[in-house]
Amino acid sequence: MHPVLTTTLAIGGVGAACGGALAMAAKFLAVHEDPRIEETANLLPGANCGGCAYAGCADYAKAIILDDAEINLCAPGGESTLCALAAMMGVEASAAEKKVAIVLCGGDSDKAPRKFAYNGIADCTAANSTGAGDKKCAYGCLGYGSCSRACPTGAIEISKGLATIHPELCIGCGACVKTCPRKLIHMIPASRTMHILCSSKDKGPIVKKACSVGCIGCTKCTKMVEDEAITMQGPLAIVDYTKDYTNEETIEACPGKCIKKVPAVAKAMAGRQGSTVD
Amino acid sequence: MKIENAQFRVDGGIHPVYNKHLAKDNAIQAMPLPSLLRVSMSQHLGAPAKPVVAKGDTVLRGQIIGEPAGFISAAVHAPTSGTVKAIVQAPTATGQSVAAVEIEPDCEDKWRDDIKGNPNWESLEVKELIDLVSDAGVAGMGGAGFPTHVKLSPPPNKTIDTLIINGAECEPYLTADNRLMIEQAENIWTGCRIIMKILGAQTVRVAIEDNKPEAIEAMEMAMASTEGNVAIVKLKTEYPQGAEKQQIFAITGKEVPSAGLPMDVGAVVENVGTTLAVWDAVVNGKPLTERVTSVTGTPVSKPGNIRNRIGTSYGDLIEFCGGTEGDTAKIISGGPMMGFAQSSLEVTTTKTTSGLLLLPPKLVTNYSSTPCISCGRCVDGCPMYLMPCELSQMIEAEDYSAAREINLMDCIECGCCAFQCPAHRPLVQHMRQGKGQVMIMMREEKEKEAEKTKD
Repeated sequence: MHPVLTTTLAIGGVGAACGGALAMAAKFLAVHEDPRIEETANLLPGANCGGCAYAGCADYAKAIILDDAEINLCAPGGESTLCALAAMMGVEASAAEKKVAIVLCGGDSDKAPRKFAYNGIADCTAANSTGAGDKKCAYGCLGYGSCSRACPTGAIEISKGLATIHPELCIGCGACVKTCPRKLIHMIPASRTMHILCSSKDKGPIVKKACSVGCIGCTKCTKMVEDEAITMQGPLAIVDYTKDYTNEETIEACPGKCIKKVPAVAKAMAGRQGSTVD
Repeated sequence: MKIENAQFRVDGGIHPVYNKHLAKDNAIQAMPLPSLLRVSMSQHLGAPAKPVVAKGDTVLRGQIIGEPAGFISAAVHAPTSGTVKAIVQAPTATGQSVAAVEIEPDCEDKWRDDIKGNPNWESLEVKELIDLVSDAGVAGMGGAGFPTHVKLSPPPNKTIDTLIINGAECEPYLTADNRLMIEQAENIWTGCRIIMKILGAQTVRVAIEDNKPEAIEAMEMAMASTEGNVAIVKLKTEYPQGAEKQQIFAITGKEVPSAGLPMDVGAVVENVGTTLAVWDAVVNGKPLTERVTSVTGTPVSKPGNIRNRIGTSYGDLIEFCGGTEGDTAKIISGGPMMGFAQSSLEVTTTKTTSGLLLLPPKLVTNYSSTPCISCGRCVDGCPMYLMPCELSQMIEAEDYSAAREINLMDCIECGCCAFQCPAHRPLVQHMRQGKGQVMIMMREEKEKEAEKTKD
């Protein structure tokens, strides 16, 4: 036989045999994945922030379809994602209110002095374990930006040695909460405006020495609000964010000057999405 | 008894400027009682002691004011007689806030009534000797503060054949151990024999660096008539030869395994200060209430080696040394290599305060660090055969498990790497940070393991 013909037949034969095998495999070994998983994944924003506690959007989509996960866990997606998911799954949308992160400390470098000049790694955990942190206040924000580096959307600004979170940029993923060695960052409902920006568990006189905007534990604010919306935990007043606290007179009344109204949260949210979905 | 040169040389290590001349010839001075003593409950490695006195109590010297909390912990005793003024939260040398007992001395300095010496200690059982050491609250006085009674009670499956008495004092500036050996060699040697008996060790090596000839001479006199396998080992001066793993290698040539303890190679290392405290605890029956601290550095008017009560504030110590001359840029508790910079003179001495070092501005430079140039000097200098350059970059990238793989946890934080780094990288701080994170990882793994076995 002519060598050209032999080669053609041999290669053609191998090709046909492999093709046949693949066709059989496709038929008998096929994995049927629920097509809804991909559809659901397409509805999610694809930020892969991990705020829902699943490993990325695809994983969350899988959990929704296969494990009946709640559909209101996606913070960055907000209302639109929730409605789309609800329509697809044929359930009623009941939104968890959007949460944003807040740093419960107001002591920037003008207000809270440092006790020594720190010249080490610019990282809060490292600074916190060097002489227990360079800030006089043992509870205040160190301002070396560990939270800001963890934020996927650049919502955390460090200015004058204090981290401030821009609520309009915060997607509520909670990545910053874990990085703070002093546990100052909390997730709160986005509609809330009144905050006590202090986390110091020291007694009044010590707080006063360390910061000019610290809670001195006078309990005045707790008496001005209803329904125990502010409670004392030792010498520190803490806002209970599940309760209603809107009394703006507390701002002026606070002798420690640590109560602040942060209107940007509610305003920014109104532009982006509602707090609940009917 | 013989004197021999060390047979092995530690790999790595550095030769910093020692500046021991500032205080090495100044005899130990006892400091008069200050107006207030603040005794921290965290005097040792492990769990802080639990205060057992209340405000207003009168205490006698040697009375227990802090009970040990847990296995690795040690008792804390009143350093003098007086009244308990308050129980406060006070910062330690590392900055942590820990409970402390404030005692206002009544200046009578009266010992507890039941203090009883044991001049014929040789007739006591090993168990009784360990109890005496434990009751006296002795903790490693070289710096780490490991409770001595724990070190002296190795598990039954480990035999200890070699006891090393550590008089290397390789930290620059510090001279307290040097003076102790010169002035109290006899007592140190008695302490050493007590520890020998407790451990049943046959071989004893007293390790002294060759920059302390007077100390070698004094120890030689004290040990001259001793029979048996006992020797003074002259070490070539090098930092960090006072670290126990390096010292064991220099003397025996044995390497302590990774994550192991000296007892894994049949050795126990005790600092000369600790040995003296063991002597005091057993022979005189006295709890550990004072120690010798080198107060040194060029800004100190009269540098010296000061015997001070535990709980003396750094401010009082400096004042006793005539205050300062010229500017002081940094105050370090301990030596310049492994000590902790202080931000307050309110901090008080503990059982581990070997030195208080003041540095003038010209010796304190605030470097800014630059990226690693991969020169490998830190690798040459590391006495633990680690690669600090690799480790620090992994830790910077927060890849702690990779750093753990290449033995981050073996780092002894001696600072040889950072000392030589031409890029001025904060290598030791990176290591500390990484070790902290790996500790958290290990704890989490343990918890998971415990949960699994429960199921």
